[in-house]
Amino acid sequence: MAEKPFGLVATFDSTGALMRAAVQVRDAGYRKWDCITPFPVHGIDQAMGLGRSRVPRFSLAGGVTGFFTGMCMIFYMNGFDYRLSVGGKPFFSPLFAFPISYELTILFTAFATIGGMFYLNGLPMHYHPVLNYPNIRKATDNRFLIVIERADPRFDEAATRALLERVGGADIEEVEA
Amino acid sequence: MSQAAEQTAGAPAILQEIRPAVKPRAQLVAHGHDFNWITEKICGIAEEKTPVWWWWCFGCACLVASFTVAGITYLVATGVGVWGHRSPVNWAWDIVNFVFWIGIGHAGTLISAILCLLRQKWRTSINRSAEAMTIFAVVCAGIFPVFHVGRVWYAWFLFPLPNSNYIWQNYRSPLEWDVFAVSTYGTVSVLFWYVGMIPDLATMRDRFASVGKTLKARLYGLFAMGWRGSSRHWSNYEMAYLILAGVSTPLVLSVHTIVSFDFAVSLLPGWHTTIFPPYFVAGAIFSGFGMVLTLALPLRAVYHLEDLITQYHIDCMCKIILATGTMVGYAYAMEFFIAWYGANPYEGFTFINRAFGPYWWAYFLMISCNVITPQFFWFKAVRQNTTLVWILALFVNVGMWFERFVIIATSLARDFLPTSWGYYSPSVVEIFTFFGTFGVFSVLFLLFIRFLPIMAIAELKAVTPQADPHSGEHRGDRHG
Repeated sequence: MAEKPFGLVATFDSTGALMRAAVQVRDAGYRKWDCITPFPVHGIDQAMGLGRSRVPRFSLAGGVTGFFTGMCMIFYMNGFDYRLSVGGKPFFSPLFAFPISYELTILFTAFATIGGMFYLNGLPMHYHPVLNYPNIRKATDNRFLIVIERADPRFDEAATRALLERVGGADIEEVEA
Repeated sequence: MSQAAEQTAGAPAILQEIRPAVKPRAQLVAHGHDFNWITEKICGIAEEKTPVWWWWCFGCACLVASFTVAGITYLVATGVGVWGHRSPVNWAWDIVNFVFWIGIGHAGTLISAILCLLRQKWRTSINRSAEAMTIFAVVCAGIFPVFHVGRVWYAWFLFPLPNSNYIWQNYRSPLEWDVFAVSTYGTVSVLFWYVGMIPDLATMRDRFASVGKTLKARLYGLFAMGWRGSSRHWSNYEMAYLILAGVSTPLVLSVHTIVSFDFAVSLLPGWHTTIFPPYFVAGAIFSGFGMVLTLALPLRAVYHLEDLITQYHIDCMCKIILATGTMVGYAYAMEFFIAWYGANPYEGFTFINRAFGPYWWAYFLMISCNVITPQFFWFKAVRQNTTLVWILALFVNVGMWFERFVIIATSLARDFLPTSWGYYSPSVVEIFTFFGTFGVFSVLFLLFIRFLPIMAIAELKAVTPQADPHSGEHRGDRHG
């Protein structure tokens, strides 16, 4: 696959250097690029021009599903399928169904949130071209990387490399797909 | 400048002279260690050769855990009558131990969820181990109700699964609410713990991979889900983590509220009180922080984590124990007040009996451990003496166990008809089973510190000064 590389990767030593570089890469108009950091860098979303995460939509859907699952389940079981008379209490009331529906709201929200996060991030993905970069093992320790993909319309071997050099990147290398 | 002048223009002149004191922010990672130091320190704990002390502790923990195994085996083989329950006390150590362990778990969720929402950054160095504590405590708690059903192979009747009796669970019962609350709590705690650990598992994967330990790298990598630290991923990850914290906060409050409903929804004097939900939640957090300190202080000493669990962290935890312990003390006093003010003779009798009846010794153990012990934390010298803090934390654990015992046993042993009064004492099997759960808990916790990153590496890095992208620039003109 050497004839079709994935893109260029550069290494930075500090969050400050990464941040300044990210702003310039964003302003150069790149779209298919990424920063790889060992921890969430505060403010990198704005520096990269990322929008708000879409995870909350999954969470809301999960929560609503959970609540109605609880209510419907209890109505079906205690109020419809097998009416059980206990202490002369009503067969169904949303009041006594509430605690369980509440817990199921939280349970479903949690699963939907995590599932949504994995889905949006495309995880699990045990192979990614950027893992071929020699410094990648340090990117979960103390190094910060910027990856610009060849698939980006503005990508140009020489110009992109020059940009990464200008913004202070070290160990600039092309990684294979 | 002009804005400040305008704001104080109409105010007394003295206000213009007041300058708020500049209080230095506490360093959460002492001695300005860099990112690599944090990685080495935390990963090193799981990567080093298994220390001799670990094997000794593990052996002892297994021995203690075998008591639970023996107790439960005997119970399953014989019947639930081997526990000391008899009329009128048909519900004692099993529910006491269940509430005790669930309560301990709550500090873990408080640290990981509520303190996350409140932006208490000191949580980062203790949240991983506290969440592990939560999960293991829920495991220990679950043993008691599951085996109290007697024929444990029918424990699945607790869940709404179709069965050959064609009958469904009674959803009007708080005990059924408890099934959902506790199983949701256990599940969400595991999810929260695991999601928090993904970046750190990736760190460990990369470390194993770079020294050529392929098998370990694959194993950790499998659970790291191929995490590579992409900022686009971090953005979704942080949002997901925030939402999990947001839903875990009402979860932790609701779980102990529902646990307290097991009692408060009944009609028994001493149980049927509206103060129970907040009182139980405060008590749970109180006992949980007691357990966090009980575990964190030895860990800190053994692994020399003083730069990560600093005096500031210990201070914060002691102050939370002080606050929640005082709330619990207030609840004890308020229960007594309401018993008198409510003018119900049964209620009044129950509380007099609680303090001066046959279980007076348990009541005074509870008061001295839960109300008096935390008051020592007013003093800075006490909070700075790690050994003393650890001993006081042990007292908190003991006191909170007795609180549940006092609530449950005293109310049942002296109910409405004096002819049916009794005195409950546990059987040997019950004592074995409960004693053994400390072994079960320790086994799980020892395995955790041996194989997993005991602190949130990525989060710790994010709270260091050098993680701030503007750390070298002049402050104040950028976003905060």
